[in-house]
Amino acid sequence: MKFLVNGVEREADVTDDMPLLWVLRDELGITGVKYGCGIAQCGACTVHIDGLAVRSCQIRAADVDGEVTTIEGLGTPDALHAVQEAWVEHQVAQCGYCQSGQIMQAAAFLDLNPEPTDEAIDFAMSGNLCRCGTYPRIRAAVRTAAKKLQEA
Amino acid sequence: MAFGVYLANRAIPNPLLETLGEGEAAITPFVKIASDGITLITPRADKGQGAYSIQAYLIAEELDIDPLSVTISPGAPGPAYYNSAVLGEGVPVPAYDHSPVAETLRDATGAVAKILALQMTGGSSTVPDMYSRMREAGAVARETLKQAAANRLGVPRGDLKTENGMVIMPSGEAIAYTDLAAEAAEISPIRKVALRPRADWKRLGKRENPRIDIVAKSTGTEIYGIDYAVEGMVFASICANPGIGGGLKSYDASKAEKMPGVQKIMEVKSGNAGVAVVASNTWYAIEAANAIDCEWAAPDYPASSAEMWDLLEDAVDNEGAFDHRQRNEGNVAAALSEGAVYEAQYRVPFLAHAPMEPMNAIVKVADDRIDIWTGTQIPLFVRNRAADLTGLEKDNVHVHVQPMGGSFGHKLEMTHVEQAIEVAMAMEGTPVKFTWSREEDMTHDYPRPASVMHGRGRVADGKVETFDISVAQQNMAGEWFGRLSGMRLAGPDATITTGSWDQPFAIPNYRVTGYKAPNLVPVSSWRSVGASANGFFHDCFLDELIHEAGADPLEERIRLCLDNTSRKVLEAVGELSSWDGPSMGENRGRGVAFCMSFGVPVAEVIEVTMTDAGLRLDRAFAVADIGLALDPTNAEAQLFGGMIYGLSHAINSELTYENHGAQQNNYHVYEGLRLYQTPEFTVKILENSPKIHGIGEPGLPPAAPALGNAIFAATGQRLREMPFHKFIDFV
Repeated sequence: MKFLVNGVEREADVTDDMPLLWVLRDELGITGVKYGCGIAQCGACTVHIDGLAVRSCQIRAADVDGEVTTIEGLGTPDALHAVQEAWVEHQVAQCGYCQSGQIMQAAAFLDLNPEPTDEAIDFAMSGNLCRCGTYPRIRAAVRTAAKKLQEA
Repeated sequence: MAFGVYLANRAIPNPLLETLGEGEAAITPFVKIASDGITLITPRADKGQGAYSIQAYLIAEELDIDPLSVTISPGAPGPAYYNSAVLGEGVPVPAYDHSPVAETLRDATGAVAKILALQMTGGSSTVPDMYSRMREAGAVARETLKQAAANRLGVPRGDLKTENGMVIMPSGEAIAYTDLAAEAAEISPIRKVALRPRADWKRLGKRENPRIDIVAKSTGTEIYGIDYAVEGMVFASICANPGIGGGLKSYDASKAEKMPGVQKIMEVKSGNAGVAVVASNTWYAIEAANAIDCEWAAPDYPASSAEMWDLLEDAVDNEGAFDHRQRNEGNVAAALSEGAVYEAQYRVPFLAHAPMEPMNAIVKVADDRIDIWTGTQIPLFVRNRAADLTGLEKDNVHVHVQPMGGSFGHKLEMTHVEQAIEVAMAMEGTPVKFTWSREEDMTHDYPRPASVMHGRGRVADGKVETFDISVAQQNMAGEWFGRLSGMRLAGPDATITTGSWDQPFAIPNYRVTGYKAPNLVPVSSWRSVGASANGFFHDCFLDELIHEAGADPLEERIRLCLDNTSRKVLEAVGELSSWDGPSMGENRGRGVAFCMSFGVPVAEVIEVTMTDAGLRLDRAFAVADIGLALDPTNAEAQLFGGMIYGLSHAINSELTYENHGAQQNNYHVYEGLRLYQTPEFTVKILENSPKIHGIGEPGLPPAAPALGNAIFAATGQRLREMPFHKFIDFV
């Protein structure tokens, strides 16, 4: 089966029903995407398919139709995406395990809603669980990222 | 605390000396200099609390290097990395007592930890334990590098300075530390060093210094244990007995054997019995494990939550179950013998840790050695158990500690590593990445113990006069230590009343008694463990008595407080929250709570509104005194993070048991706080305490009582059992 991931065509020999999450992690070695629950409750596995945020634990390999972007394709340590810049600026991460998903969710959300209200931010980000309790800084970082993207 | 003179204790050898390459220097167990770079050894594990970062900054402050430009490694586990502070919580003197007797007792526990070589991360102990040791390591390394340069140049060491990883000559010329590695390795370390005074610090205590892991954690490039890869590895998972410690009677894997990717199915006896599947992908392994039919043997603890609650209720105030009484002031019996006695009963449930990263380990058994890559707080216990299971010498067990995607105490256990070792032994020569599914993780957790409290009190003339609580819990500390070490920990379990007996209040008649229930489902530590229950018991019952007396909740706590540092914390939270009483108008209210845990007094205020859609948390305030904030930005994050973890469980979560197994198996039935439920936070760190303390846990205990007290203020309903969502709807 062929996949377009972060601009590169990749191939994996998997069953049709393997969730995209496990294709990325165990077949392609792309580990920025995280396994947290497997049932779309935590959002740690969030990636973009053609720019839309999806829970990769719920997408069957055979159903992937479009370009997949993972956190590795959003930005890199030397070339951060505006959302990642805001995450660094606010020192959001604690354990950091959920943050790939949080950042992918925020990036796709701000793409659709560049000037979000606080209520819209709370609503959009509430599917992403953080057990360390970084929420106050996630809230602040999404606001900052929105400004950065506006100015860009 | 400004100057200290360091004299080396040579009793424990430097483990780095055994692993050095040609031309590399290991001046202390914490600093390795090679011609191609500097490595700092940060042996306290990072589970998200920022331990690696603060350990690196402590060394960097004295060594004059940029911690972002060097390699950080947890190092190989070894006795040189013992934790001298973690046992200090168990001493029978409260943390606000700084008398010589109290300090002698604390020092004695540090010596015990050194003898036991207790390399462990926990108990908010990293900062107090490492505060001096790691700065000393940096200073010893710096002075030794200067001596190496002095020898080369033929000038006195005192004429040299250091800056940004280089020794600077009087002429201004610079030699990189890395160029001095070979020469530094040849000389005896300079061990008599003076630590720099706080006023001269360039990095510690400064808000602008980023955590060393933030960029990696914002770009998906941090490699956690679950992400680590070893050439040629296969993937495995397990289906284990939901009754913890019960055996496997029989199993039918005929369906699983035919499933895609499956390479091997095997019975596992270590840790917790079950059937493991080795496959070409973790998902194939989990799917196949779920398809195995198992017949389990029952473990030897009660089968249901109902039976466990009965045993806890039987133990409380039962003389036969008496465990300890570390607070007994005035004459409680006499005070309660006449007139109206105010009584209340509380309980808290079993709780899962449920960090985002499920338990996992990569194990390779080959060529008379075993390598284990895993995120763990207890690397030496893992090493010892691996030696037992494989029959290999401890020197041939190599534990490579990985960063953790959360723990909250979960990774103070190692059942999953034992299971992984048994699978890897059967796959000798092939590395096995072994991962618990979320369901396996939640149902095989060693939870925070459930406990119950019975309280009695009296008030007079608008004041709290008598406060008497009894708490019953199973022997958490003994069970946990026994499971890890095979040793029996005799004596009382202090965690039963930690957070109750040791509070800095002067109440005329004041008594706290711990009772030991029989062993229920096997339990473990958990973020702030004893104080997570006792903070709720002590503070909410105190709040009840204060309301009964008709006093102001904040003013009466301040009046009763006997510790200056704690009193300032209470006053500060009043100021921060503009406290003017618990009432805030119709359907609104605020609650204050206080708990001192791990030596840190913390006061929190929460404001709530009862809306048509349920109770909403509006604003939260927290003040903590940690003596000295080495990384203020991260200390604040730990404070509100601890509070949010406390609120998550206060509102939403519990583990219940039927047929010996936990009934909650994933986040949909074990909810954490979500962003939309999270109030706006204002937090403040104070530095009045005479000692430095960690802040990973102390933010948690006051969270539930602050919320419970706020709910009472807003609605008149007093909640005495967690989780609160069983009794009240939340937005």
